[in-house]
Amino acid sequence: MTIGVLALQGDFREHIAALAKLGENAVEIRTVEQLEQVAALIIPGGESTTISLLAKSTGLDLAIAERIKSGMAIYGSCAGMILLANEILDGRDDQISFNAIDITVRRNGFGRQVDSFEAKLKSTLFADLMGVFIRAPKIEKIGTNVEVLAWVEVQGERTPVMVRSGSALATCFHPELNDDGVVHKYFVDMVHNQQS
Amino acid sequence: MTESVRGTSRVKRGMAEMLKGGVIMDVINTEQAKIAEDAGAVAVMALERVPADIRAQGGVARMSDPDMIDSIVNSVSIPVMAKARIGHFVEAQVLESLGVDYIDESEVLTPADEANHIDKWNFTVPFVCGATNLGEALRRITEGAAMIRSKGEAGTGNVVEATRHMRQILGDIKRLTVMSDEELFTAAKNLQAPYELVAEVAKTGKLPVVLFTAGGIATPADAALMMQLGADGVFVGSGIFKSGDPAKRGAAIVQATLNYKDAKKIGDASRGLGEAMVGINIDTLPESERYANRGW
Repeated sequence: MTIGVLALQGDFREHIAALAKLGENAVEIRTVEQLEQVAALIIPGGESTTISLLAKSTGLDLAIAERIKSGMAIYGSCAGMILLANEILDGRDDQISFNAIDITVRRNGFGRQVDSFEAKLKSTLFADLMGVFIRAPKIEKIGTNVEVLAWVEVQGERTPVMVRSGSALATCFHPELNDDGVVHKYFVDMVHNQQS
Repeated sequence: MTESVRGTSRVKRGMAEMLKGGVIMDVINTEQAKIAEDAGAVAVMALERVPADIRAQGGVARMSDPDMIDSIVNSVSIPVMAKARIGHFVEAQVLESLGVDYIDESEVLTPADEANHIDKWNFTVPFVCGATNLGEALRRITEGAAMIRSKGEAGTGNVVEATRHMRQILGDIKRLTVMSDEELFTAAKNLQAPYELVAEVAKTGKLPVVLFTAGGIATPADAALMMQLGADGVFVGSGIFKSGDPAKRGAAIVQATLNYKDAKKIGDASRGLGEAMVGINIDTLPESERYANRGW
């Protein structure tokens, strides 16, 4: 079984390294044909506007939407979360929304780069989860059929930062920049459970 | 109790990781910034004059007007970078206060200190710095740079220096990886860089930060050449907005950077772009006008 990482722009190599560390077979996805060969997909961190534009120019936007509809497991970190969300605030009108998770996210909702931060997260699943937030999107509204798996507390305010809806998973933070691999392990287990 | 920390190395270097595979474009006003964003730029560099004009007009080149930077920050959703003079830590303090996402301590501007670079550890905002070889790159990283770009020769539209610097940096790294432990001590001395950092690069075979290319990229094929040589992404300065059709050329360079191994797609991206910027042959540039010599 192979997991694909969308390799149009961003830190896709770090996601591939995180999967490889878990002994998973991971490949870069740049074309529709490559997407057909994989069981699941990760959309990495990067610029959501650039990834959107390049996905449209390669036809991957429609191909990914089709695979999501047919139940493929998918995980998006940061920019990837923005693409998976039902509603995007402060985005560009022409940017992609795969409608995979019923959340409303605000691009750069935690601020610009000078506000980027690392923090310990609270989670129902993981004991010592750290999150690296880089110009991160903020979840402003949770809709139906969405499970919140982790939160961050910033200035006394508790905000969800890891959500799952069926076979779609998303994080505001970048676990691919950490060494612990627990979020990737969680996604890999999702994929394996789906395949078995 | 949740502790939250800003400005860590992971957050600063991580920001550059998110730019990988992308094109960062020089822009001088909001109109250009929007064209760059529409073309698929991952970030824009806000400056008053592109390097080709700095070259043509001469004089002292400084940090841009805060009003101009504010207007660009407010006009696009992608990250905005801005340049400070080498060693001018007050320009950097001002840029940080404006909320720019990355500061380029740049040899394209006139240096403010001929001995010292900015102590970049003192800042929450991350810095990118230019380098012509591995020693220079490692000195900048030691000072706190979270991203390196090869210098090339800005404002020439001539890719030859960018090629030279990429080959030099990556060749220097390759040589380290085959050295014995005792040779690494001498290598550190020759590179004029800290031993610990040299040993780390020798072990991993790469810089601890993202490596982009800059200085002279003018065509889609230039961008793809840099990517094939091993760059993580490209800065395009004068090459886009000094050309006949910036929107089209910008989009074409983005496509070539994505498809850098696919000659047919690079060819398609190169079709009908109109006039490229007029270039300058490096050997006609006097030493004193070579920006790559600035920085120590």
